[in-house]
Amino acid sequence: MKKLISIITLTLLAVLVITACAPAPTPVPTAAPPTAAPAQPTAAPAQPTAAPQPTTAPAATQAPTQAPAAASVELHMLWYNDGNEGDVMRDLLNRYEAANPGIKVVMDTVAYKDIHNILQTQVEGNTPPDMARVTDVARFAGKYLDMTPYMTDPKGWAADWPPQVLQSFRTGSDTTGLYGFPTQFTVTGPFINRTLFQQANVPVPSDTKKDVTWDEWVTAAKQVATATKTPYAIAIDRTGHRFWGPSLSNCAHYVDSTTSKKFTIDTPGFRETANMLISWHKDKITPLDIWVGSGGAYAAGNDYFVNGQLVMYMSGSWQIGQFAKLIGNKFEWDAIPNPSGKCGSTGIPGGALLAAMGGTKHPKEVTRLMEWLSSDEILGEFSARSLFIPGKLTLAKKGIQYPSSNKQLNVFLAEIPKLMPEAYTLQYHPLTFVLNTEIRDRLSQVITGELTLDQAIQKIQQKMDEAVTTMK
Amino acid sequence: MSDSKATMNLRGSLSLGDLLLKPFLWLLSLADVIFLPLQNLIGTRRMAYLFVLPNLLVFGIFILLPMLLNFYYGFTSGNSILLENRPVVGTANFQKLFACQNYFDVNSCSEDLFWRGVTNTGVFVVGQVTGIVLLSLVTALALNRPVRGRGFFRAVFFYPVLLSPVVVALIWKWILQYQYGLLNAFLVAIGFNKIPFLLDARWAQFWVIAISIWAQMGFFTLILLAGLQAIPKEMYEAASMDGANKWQSFRNVTLPLLMPTMTVVLILALIRGVQVFDQVFVLTNGGPGTATLYIVQYIYRTGFEFRNYGMAAAASLVLAVVLLVLTLGQLIFSRRQEAA
Repeated sequence: MKKLISIITLTLLAVLVITACAPAPTPVPTAAPPTAAPAQPTAAPAQPTAAPQPTTAPAATQAPTQAPAAASVELHMLWYNDGNEGDVMRDLLNRYEAANPGIKVVMDTVAYKDIHNILQTQVEGNTPPDMARVTDVARFAGKYLDMTPYMTDPKGWAADWPPQVLQSFRTGSDTTGLYGFPTQFTVTGPFINRTLFQQANVPVPSDTKKDVTWDEWVTAAKQVATATKTPYAIAIDRTGHRFWGPSLSNCAHYVDSTTSKKFTIDTPGFRETANMLISWHKDKITPLDIWVGSGGAYAAGNDYFVNGQLVMYMSGSWQIGQFAKLIGNKFEWDAIPNPSGKCGSTGIPGGALLAAMGGTKHPKEVTRLMEWLSSDEILGEFSARSLFIPGKLTLAKKGIQYPSSNKQLNVFLAEIPKLMPEAYTLQYHPLTFVLNTEIRDRLSQVITGELTLDQAIQKIQQKMDEAVTTMK
Repeated sequence: MSDSKATMNLRGSLSLGDLLLKPFLWLLSLADVIFLPLQNLIGTRRMAYLFVLPNLLVFGIFILLPMLLNFYYGFTSGNSILLENRPVVGTANFQKLFACQNYFDVNSCSEDLFWRGVTNTGVFVVGQVTGIVLLSLVTALALNRPVRGRGFFRAVFFYPVLLSPVVVALIWKWILQYQYGLLNAFLVAIGFNKIPFLLDARWAQFWVIAISIWAQMGFFTLILLAGLQAIPKEMYEAASMDGANKWQSFRNVTLPLLMPTMTVVLILALIRGVQVFDQVFVLTNGGPGTATLYIVQYIYRTGFEFRNYGMAAAASLVLAVVLLVLTLGQLIFSRRQEAA
């Protein structure tokens, strides 16, 4: 009996050892949740141009015929999702693979909040992906693949994109390298629940007036919230990026240029906008969870808006795809022009970019794929199906016929010419993430009473003064 | 019966057990091909080091090496992870951490969030450790009595210890949420207003401590229970014969004899309290504002959000020194107890 027990024990031990020594399964990247917090768009695209006239939608195309690769090549694309664009990209890549036997493209999808840290670890560990979708493009400047030697017509390709976008990839004295392209262009701006306005019998201010101030919008939203017993009148995402637009409209000024090492925080426009945000919390017309209850994280108000608990929501154009999917016909929602201040009405541009990464073992294949993905037909289809505004100049001129939400997308398209130059400067500056985070966290401390506004401004200024010393 | 049958059937030949064991013995004997010559070379005593080597390698690569790298990080600056791209700045990070005009006013400090983390951790530790020691003692005393269903109650109090801190935090977050939380729904149902449990600084600090006590109490209750059961019953009998009442027995017999165990509980709870992170990260993420920002979360945010790896490493070294002092204290105390 004792021997039998020894045998059973030894057998179990052997099984455990063999299992432990088995090769690890290939890690499957986790998919970003469909309602994940929206991206914080960073890289800026075009100078303001006229809003494009929508034309007929680009028809679905076949992938262009490419010479089949001699051996099987697997390319990795690091990706994140705001809405359905991951599915759209996967579909496009499947078509590319079908037309290019021997090339396989794997999408490694991660959460937006992790993508830059993951990419940094990969890049510094010399195991970068072949391509990556990024918003903080300056962070990896110097680590991208210059596709120029492998392109069919680099000059022609470069002419299709805003010069500031292409420059944002470059570092030092480089003015010609071609490293990637914007997959989408975004603009910050508000949304309203039009059904609530109708139920409350309150006219939507922007229907009858061109330049509507924040005060007028907040007054109207409060009236609607009271009349319809909606929990909250207004909300704004918890990020400095969303704060910048209203503050610039109120004549705040932060920095002169993308190479400037001098930041100014304490301006009347900054204080006016900060006090407006603080008053929303004091008056309890905005959800506390966003700016108070989120600790040190980015937080969005889209759940409140989607669930009909919010009259007006300051966010951005990347929400349109998600809203179209999640709201559907439950209520009528609209994008509205950015409210006006003494110095104008501006949102903040941004977007995500697809970059070719240096260190790839397949530069020719990567460049070929990037050229295909950036073509008018394919990028147009990607934009239409993802409900994104395109970052390509030719497509912006032609316009896109979207399958839904044309009205909302056109509102944001019309915002593009109104974007202030400093809006682009803030986006392109290498220290944008520091300013963004400091404004976000310090204003939260003011709202909870840990700091006064004067102390918060002083702390933000101190942090920016320290950060500029790290600029190359 | 079956054993004797097997033995009877196979008497004079190999038993079934022997036959099944033979392949394993043969496999083990293969190892002798390597180990026997090695043993002859280095001696039997040194073979112990060889068997410890694999674990030591794992420890070295995944614990010791990161510690050494972190130590180096603390004296460097920059956003790069690679050591060669990080300029050495000496003690600049530490100087910045401790640069305060007035240590009693955290807003006057250069790294005010670090000092908020230190202050909040101090408050948390005092509240949590006091609560854990007191409540664990009371619970252990109750569970030490011959009550009906004692085994069941012991399991109930220990159950939260088995839950992951993330699960604990999520459950309580759903209970305490302002908008749709269970507790606020109950309050509204009985005619009260909703309370911003996680959106008000004092409430958030209270709940973080309370949930932490609830989640860990069972572990310390078991330790104290073991300590109570180690007290000889004759001591209580002798006290009773001397006319001591229950309170006097507790004060003069239980407490003194339980003190070593309680000290262990105190120090363990202190060490765990200083390291609090995952539960708070999920529950409040340091909010509202920075009301529940503790030192480990400050280190995490500084390193992974602000990419200030040098400062994060410096702060973690400061924390390591504090934990080292606590651990050494526990070690010295334990050794003194053993000597006594």
